[in-house]
Amino acid sequence: MKTQPLPEVKNHRRIQHCRLPNKVKDQTDKLLRNSGIKLDLDWVTSVQANTSAIERRCKTLPGRRSIKKANQAAWLLKSVSCIDLTTLSGDDTENRVRRLCRKGRIPVRADILQKLGFQPGSITTAAICVYHEMVRAAVRSLEGSGIPVAAVSTGFPAGLSPYSLRLSEIGESVKAGADEIDVVISRRHVLSQNWNALYDEMKAFREACGDAHLKAILATGELGTLRNVARASLICMMAGADFIKTSTGKESVNATLSVSLAMIRQIRDYFERTGFKVGYKPAGGISKAKDALTYLSLIKEELGNRWLQPDLFRFGASSLLGDIERQLEHFVTGHYSASYRHAIA
Amino acid sequence: MDFGKSPESPEQALAWIDKHGGKMSMYVNGKPHQPSECEFFESRNPANGQLLAQIPQATEVEVDFAVQAARKAQPKWENLGGTERAKYLYALARLIQKHSKLFAVLESMDNGKPIRESRDIDLPLVIRHFYYHAGSAQLMEKEMPDHQAVGVAGQIIPWNFPLLMLAWKIAPALAMGNTLVLKPAEYTSLTALLFGEICSEAGLPKGVVNLITGDGRVGEMLVKHEGIDKVAFTGSTSVGRKIRKAIAGQKKELTLELGGKSPYLVFDDADLDSAVEGLVDAIWFNQGQVCCAGSRLFVQEGVADVFHKKLKARMDKLRVGDPLDKSVDLGAIVDPKQLDSITQLVQVGLEEGGEVHVGSGELPDSGCFYPPTLLTEIDPACRLMQEEIFGPVLVGSTFRTPDEAVALANNTRYGLAASIWTENINLALDLAPKIVCGVVWINSTNQFDASVEFGGRRESGFGREGGWEGLQAYTRLRHLSKDCLQVLESKTGILKPATSEIDRTSKLFIGGKQTRPDNGYSYPVFSAEGKKIGLVGHGNRKDVRNAVEAANTAKSWGKSTAHLRAQILYYLAENLAVRTEEFAKRIVSMTGENSLSAIQEVELSIRRIFTYAAWADKFDGGIRGAPIRGVALAMNEPVGTIGIICPDENPLLGLVSLIAPALAMGNALVAIPSEPFPLSATDLYQVFETSDLPKGVFNLITAKHSEIAETLAGHMELDAVWYFGSSKQSASIEKASATNLKRTWVNHGLCRNWKEAKQGEGKEFLRQATEVKNIWIPYGE
Repeated sequence: MKTQPLPEVKNHRRIQHCRLPNKVKDQTDKLLRNSGIKLDLDWVTSVQANTSAIERRCKTLPGRRSIKKANQAAWLLKSVSCIDLTTLSGDDTENRVRRLCRKGRIPVRADILQKLGFQPGSITTAAICVYHEMVRAAVRSLEGSGIPVAAVSTGFPAGLSPYSLRLSEIGESVKAGADEIDVVISRRHVLSQNWNALYDEMKAFREACGDAHLKAILATGELGTLRNVARASLICMMAGADFIKTSTGKESVNATLSVSLAMIRQIRDYFERTGFKVGYKPAGGISKAKDALTYLSLIKEELGNRWLQPDLFRFGASSLLGDIERQLEHFVTGHYSASYRHAIA
Repeated sequence: MDFGKSPESPEQALAWIDKHGGKMSMYVNGKPHQPSECEFFESRNPANGQLLAQIPQATEVEVDFAVQAARKAQPKWENLGGTERAKYLYALARLIQKHSKLFAVLESMDNGKPIRESRDIDLPLVIRHFYYHAGSAQLMEKEMPDHQAVGVAGQIIPWNFPLLMLAWKIAPALAMGNTLVLKPAEYTSLTALLFGEICSEAGLPKGVVNLITGDGRVGEMLVKHEGIDKVAFTGSTSVGRKIRKAIAGQKKELTLELGGKSPYLVFDDADLDSAVEGLVDAIWFNQGQVCCAGSRLFVQEGVADVFHKKLKARMDKLRVGDPLDKSVDLGAIVDPKQLDSITQLVQVGLEEGGEVHVGSGELPDSGCFYPPTLLTEIDPACRLMQEEIFGPVLVGSTFRTPDEAVALANNTRYGLAASIWTENINLALDLAPKIVCGVVWINSTNQFDASVEFGGRRESGFGREGGWEGLQAYTRLRHLSKDCLQVLESKTGILKPATSEIDRTSKLFIGGKQTRPDNGYSYPVFSAEGKKIGLVGHGNRKDVRNAVEAANTAKSWGKSTAHLRAQILYYLAENLAVRTEEFAKRIVSMTGENSLSAIQEVELSIRRIFTYAAWADKFDGGIRGAPIRGVALAMNEPVGTIGIICPDENPLLGLVSLIAPALAMGNALVAIPSEPFPLSATDLYQVFETSDLPKGVFNLITAKHSEIAETLAGHMELDAVWYFGSSKQSASIEKASATNLKRTWVNHGLCRNWKEAKQGEGKEFLRQATEVKNIWIPYGE
């Protein structure tokens, strides 16, 4: 094993040249919130998604884009700042959530950050994502950090609780202090091609959110085809979703590159035709730093740099952060790292 | 958030070149070969202009030495048997795999292609090709018992896929028991020479593979060399045409894989984003220096604006740069000369009009680079739509209907590949057979595999590489005669009618009608005893013109059901059978044969028609084992319109043996019957007229073979010409066929025993009457 020399000032400069994540936030234009449009069924039904072709693009992408060394470190830090650090378990407790929030505030060990030229505390995860009952605990733990709390909602994960309860659940979470609401769609509306119902439901969810941002979880693993995924993505955007998100993390198949490509191409078209930028959140199954880089490459290639900011891109992940930390330590020390050297959430 | 650089190291490849002191040797007779007095030429890295190595220029001496080495090694190599040859091919595959990174880096440095492509596409395909053909060698004796090696192959490959084209040439040749002399392109010799070392490492017997280097002069010496039995060439259409002419009449087998200007059709119901991405793989793969590149874009009008907008946005994301950078999409153009040629053609072409969009990505400051370019509003009349640019330049236009899409797609001299993008399977599968080409990709592009044939039609060449069909190019049939054909002269005699019967003048048969010859002349036919037994029209070039026109209006024959074609052939046989005696008598009177033999000829003719009626719905295609989720079909299509000059001997059976398979497979024909004994053919008119054969499918011109052969072979609307006459026309036919590079099947003055089933019928005939079209259909929801 060849050891890498400790990075010198030169490296720091190079990273800084790569636009630091925390500064980028200030540089980017303020998002015009997607207010939705009238349901346009002609548009929806014209949407096609050819599975084999989409898979081919996804398969070749990692071979087309390779991110090494300082660039890689910068991209990985960017990934950290885009993570919705998540716990969605039946055994969640307030203390468990506090631990998670602390990790969200201090996602990377201070000495590593320093070696990369960052002040401790300058990098946090994008949000903390919990069930409704944990919202208050999360809000308390995150006080003063500026990190928003996201609550999964509307009968997560299946979305089959009574409609009125699903709606009021959103309001409760907002009242409890959630800034972002991750709602699940009714998969049955997609599977029965009942686009009107899907649109109306999402529109009602959006209204219930008020100022809180709405992420529409499609549960792509249960929609059957990429064509359905693409069409459902478009409907949710038409109904005013701020983000579209792949999965609850509870389906047997969660985020994949193919699903991502099908969804972000709809985001691109929606932007082209309405001028609204809608965010994208792949969730579930992304646990390796290398995967994160591939996702970011895909976003950069298909949507462009603007979508690489946390206001338009999130990873829904719990174990990804640990792998990124190890890779960052490898970058600054030249030695492969061990997981126990990094704090658990 | 930039990708930054992630360069692959050139060190090991440079070290390999250094090991040779920067001066390479050829590989002949199992050893590096460097002639004592030798000129060298330079091989440079097109990305930075750096000198990579000095490559020796072979002379006649080396060509001769290499061919002799291959000749000497051939019988032993063939006699090793399939299993032993398979072991060597397997070893080659394994060894290339072991050195795959070195090959990939060397290839990218020599050729300029992105390392991603050499590493992820070329090398895996190369390795797969050797594995696949290890299997072909293993199965040859059992599955192809009638086939044997052709002998020594002379192979010339291009610079766009140096190692992959080497694999496509060498693997099937070796598998089938041939030895070979291969010349890589002068720009890109290095990976071939590295392959030479691999051959030694694999312990390949000396002389089996010989690699000689140099420019086009070496190629010319090689193909003309009398020690070569088979020429395989991949490269430009103009050079292919020269080769066709140069080796005409030399009894060499020939396969040509030439240029293309392949259509890329996008329908309004397609997944447009995926179709845009497909173009990246179609025209920006290998900087567009791909013979089958989807270089002509046709978009359905309703979605054209949206599509072009998406395409331009995608182009702006393409990265052009150092081929060894793992994050580039386009590398360097192979040589400054090629860069000039692209630049020139685009510049001059745009004088005819067109909209230009150039990808906004930066180009390196120096080196041989050309940006991804889209030229829209280019119409069929424009030079840019007609000529192969062989660079990263896509030309585009629009269409309104599926029929118009087909018309535009086929409006080209080439016929290599096509891509069709639509979510409608009815449309896709309807169009695939209508486009004249060898390969169709549905909702995909530039897919290759060793198990799937690849090759073209029209001026994109003939012959297939890969799959079962590709093996045909490196084998010949065991049972064919090596004896020379005796020339049969027309009988002469007195111009008095033989009997007091009513005078019967046989006319020509064109477009389903008996027509007088254009020039108004006839010539007499005499019996074996010298009595005049009839007059036949003296067909000339204008009759050929008319007959080809008639045949081309009858192309729907090829689209009729095989069942219908079989029925008509059975009917034909039936109608002939009732006139057995009459036809036998005619043979006796013309040829002087004994009546038993004549009756046998008629009965064999009837049986032969039955045979091909049987085959009409049984000469199936197949589904190839390509590594995709989907199917890769191999579909047998009619060649099209075939000109057939029939044997002089066996005036009925010779003709029937050729026209029956051609008709059964759906071709339209222009036949020239036996010159001395044409009456058996003209007697058939009535049989045809009563057998429901659509008019124009079969046309017959009685003519002097020597007067008409070149007209037929040179006619650009004929797709193939067959010659089995006894005059020495094979060479001139092969030469004249170069006009549109039609397929030829000639006897080279050798005889064929038409009465013997092994020589007179079978799959050999069906293959000549068909072209394989491979249709890739990926699926999945």
